[in-house]
Amino acid sequence: MADKTDLARQFIQAIPHAKELGMVLEEIGDGTACISMPYDEKLIGDPQSGVIAGGAVSALMDTCCGAAVMCHPDAPGGTATIDLRIDYMRGATPGQSITTRATCHHITRSVAFVRAVASDDDTDRPVATAAGAFTVESGF
Amino acid sequence: MKRPRPEPIQVVKQRRDAALNALLDSVPYIRFLNVSFDRRGDELTAQLNFNDKHIGNPFLPAIHGGVTAAFLEITATVSLNWSQIWGSIESGALDPEDMAKGILPRQPKTIDFSVDYLRSGLPRDAYARATISRAGRRYASVHVEAWQDHKDKLFAQATGHFLMPQEKAAKS
Repeated sequence: MADKTDLARQFIQAIPHAKELGMVLEEIGDGTACISMPYDEKLIGDPQSGVIAGGAVSALMDTCCGAAVMCHPDAPGGTATIDLRIDYMRGATPGQSITTRATCHHITRSVAFVRAVASDDDTDRPVATAAGAFTVESGF
Repeated sequence: MKRPRPEPIQVVKQRRDAALNALLDSVPYIRFLNVSFDRRGDELTAQLNFNDKHIGNPFLPAIHGGVTAAFLEITATVSLNWSQIWGSIESGALDPEDMAKGILPRQPKTIDFSVDYLRSGLPRDAYARATISRAGRRYASVHVEAWQDHKDKLFAQATGHFLMPQEKAAKS
């Protein structure tokens, strides 16, 4: 069990695009993962407000959901996204980092179902939520 | 009634390209992901210029699902924004020089975005085009298709809903 979590942690920390976005794996284990992404001006999607691009939030959500699948006790290995839907509730406050928590709430031999919530410093008002289906792979 | 003499081709191209470039240059994230746009009249095709930093699974290797989602979302928002301001660019109501200085119309905001991953993204350039299914006064629905080697073998598609920028001083 600890081995699987370690493997998932190593995998997530080796993703080139996750490194590029400065993602930090805060917590991982038992089908739940928490990843934060610091504010960076190069990720701005709306120049007038300085709000981070939805695409960058998508990348964070996707990474976190994948991490949640890989550390699930019934997951034999890696995973790939089948579909991911993101609802944007509000723009993240400029200057604040975004933290996402994803849970793999159900897994079969072939499909893993995941939900995630992202928020900035104001944790009572989520920035975005996500729901997705992921593949269950035997290897990485 | 005599038809006005058409503008010279250079004038038309210069105006449209300058407006599009101003729109793209204003968004840091488009530069960060290295997405460029090819324009044919008012039709846009987005191109994700591959970079090793786009990789999500280094073992395959494959493009990160988040990069694919971001690429589709950029294609959707830029295409929607472009279709909204096209009339103003052509009529002269929007000046590309002002746009380059940062005087830009407000962008549509993403309400939701749903991505289907059909194939793994290969480590090479990808292309995408958006279809605006409906653009109303308040909401818009946009569909995007992305491919790499074959236009009819999509590697991802997405549908998103957007909140249109509201005119200020609508009531006073």
